[in-house]
Amino acid sequence: MAYKDQQLSEEKVFKDPVHRYVHVRDRVIWDLIATPEFQRLRRIKQLGTTNLTFHGAEHSRFNHSLGVYEIVRRILNNFENRPHWNNEERLLCLCAALLHDLGHGPFSHSFEKVFKLDHEYFTQQIITGDTKINEILENVSPGFSQKVSDVIGKTYKDKLVVSLISSQIDADRMDYLQRDAYYTGVSYGHFDMERILRVMRPIEDQVVIKSTGMHAVEDYIMSRYQMYWQVYFHPVTRSAEVILSKILHRAKELYESNDFTFKLKPTHFISFFEGKVKLDEYLKLDESIVHYYFQLWQEEQDDILSDLCERFMNRRLFKYVEFNPNLQMKEWMELYQLFMDAGINPEYYLVVDSSSDLPYDFYRPGEEEERLPIHLLMPDDSLKELSRHSDIVEAISGKKRTDHKLYFPKDRLDKLEDKTTKKRIKEILYGQGDVKNVR
Amino acid sequence: MLGNHAKLMQFFSMAENVTGRKKLQKMIYILQKCNIPFEEKYQFHFYGPYSEELTLRVEELCNLGFLNEVKEDRSNYYQYNYTITSDGKDFLQQFALDMPEYGDKVEKLKTKSSRFLELVATMLYFDDLPIEETIEKVHTVKPKQNYSDEEIEEAIHFINELK
Repeated sequence: MAYKDQQLSEEKVFKDPVHRYVHVRDRVIWDLIATPEFQRLRRIKQLGTTNLTFHGAEHSRFNHSLGVYEIVRRILNNFENRPHWNNEERLLCLCAALLHDLGHGPFSHSFEKVFKLDHEYFTQQIITGDTKINEILENVSPGFSQKVSDVIGKTYKDKLVVSLISSQIDADRMDYLQRDAYYTGVSYGHFDMERILRVMRPIEDQVVIKSTGMHAVEDYIMSRYQMYWQVYFHPVTRSAEVILSKILHRAKELYESNDFTFKLKPTHFISFFEGKVKLDEYLKLDESIVHYYFQLWQEEQDDILSDLCERFMNRRLFKYVEFNPNLQMKEWMELYQLFMDAGINPEYYLVVDSSSDLPYDFYRPGEEEERLPIHLLMPDDSLKELSRHSDIVEAISGKKRTDHKLYFPKDRLDKLEDKTTKKRIKEILYGQGDVKNVR
Repeated sequence: MLGNHAKLMQFFSMAENVTGRKKLQKMIYILQKCNIPFEEKYQFHFYGPYSEELTLRVEELCNLGFLNEVKEDRSNYYQYNYTITSDGKDFLQQFALDMPEYGDKVEKLKTKSSRFLELVATMLYFDDLPIEETIEKVHTVKPKQNYSDEEIEEAIHFINELK
């Protein structure tokens, strides 16, 4: 029997707290899970620094990847024998679902920003490069790895296949919303996925939702909205992200300067600092390695690096106040100077963080041909964009909520000896001595 | 601080007005590919390169009162028009941006349709491939757009001129 058709002698299952069980029958899927590149995902947390806010959020990209695979597997079971669905694409969909996050690194959002990296690029490199994953995929058929890569990169010719893995109501989002809600312990994020799966219909080039299932989708959109503001945009998590980014910036700056020598050569980081990251180097860096360096860097001679690492490791985070760039630009410039006068480097200790600095998106119908919205399949077979039919979704997607916060080390300010500078800084930050805005 | 917001404001200041979010998305992507250092992250979506980060940043600029957004109902979809406000001009004046001169590129992009810019952006997305493969890829990922040989020829010429 061809490798692509081989089935395990008996079904394997992974116990999963979100989907109860993840079922594996295909030999290819079982082999992919066993590769070092896939096992590496166990060592990368799904939510990066969120566990500093919600201590339960220790789940990994490994859990999530299995979850996305399981959802796609269930969708495809429902699609069998439906018009427009070509079952020949089944294995391709399952592989793409399983491998879609393969290129994520540790704390990938901060790493990508600071070192100008792209996890999707590394996902494609792992799939098409000299790896165990590639070996397995090419055993399915020559060129199969490129197809998987194209599905994940959204450039595959069959858009229906692509939309299962990434669209505004896809298996990726349905898994992470539920999984993140479960592990953070919040009560939002839950929706009736079984109902959504039952009303999903394949059409020519996308997955649509039978209009009778609209209320289940409304619930999903509401969950998404709540999770963004309550979990993903949580200001304390953002504080940790700010510090993490500043650590990486500082370490890079020190590496590039001629008059600083690290006590231990930062071997795992060098290619990142030099902007020439090779695949094997990328795969070696996981969260345990990053934590190891941060632990060591607390002992470094550079005050900024050691302080930031100590803050990150011991959760001594920056405080924040709301910031309105329209009204407070002049005050910000004054603050910047006051921080300099006080000997606190504002490049590292005075940081404005905006909602657009985070990678999560909201449901937006968008303009025509800007992005693909969620379509409802009406009884007469016509398609209607969700927010045109649902008042709840229209209310949420029409509301543009954005946010800017100013982060700073309150403990350092409290210790300032120059009373005039200290007073003026606090006046600006807290507004005439009112400290209620400080979190 | 807010340097990426300021870069976008500089673009809107140059463009004076931009009609259509799709056109805006493709304009910024094409400028990025011409080495103008916008930092919004793009991914390939159903209609070509698309940046969620850009969408959110533009929303922020509207909420701050730096950009004026006018929404027009076109029966089955909305279209959005953007212009810079006086607050936006004041904000921009507080930045000394280190950006190359690219006003001529903005002018050229403005004269083109969003359909054409979608083609150009898609070709640029695959610009690491030989040109024959790029064209093949355009037809594969955009079969519904049905781009003609003349349009593709024009896009190649436009890209060469722009770069």
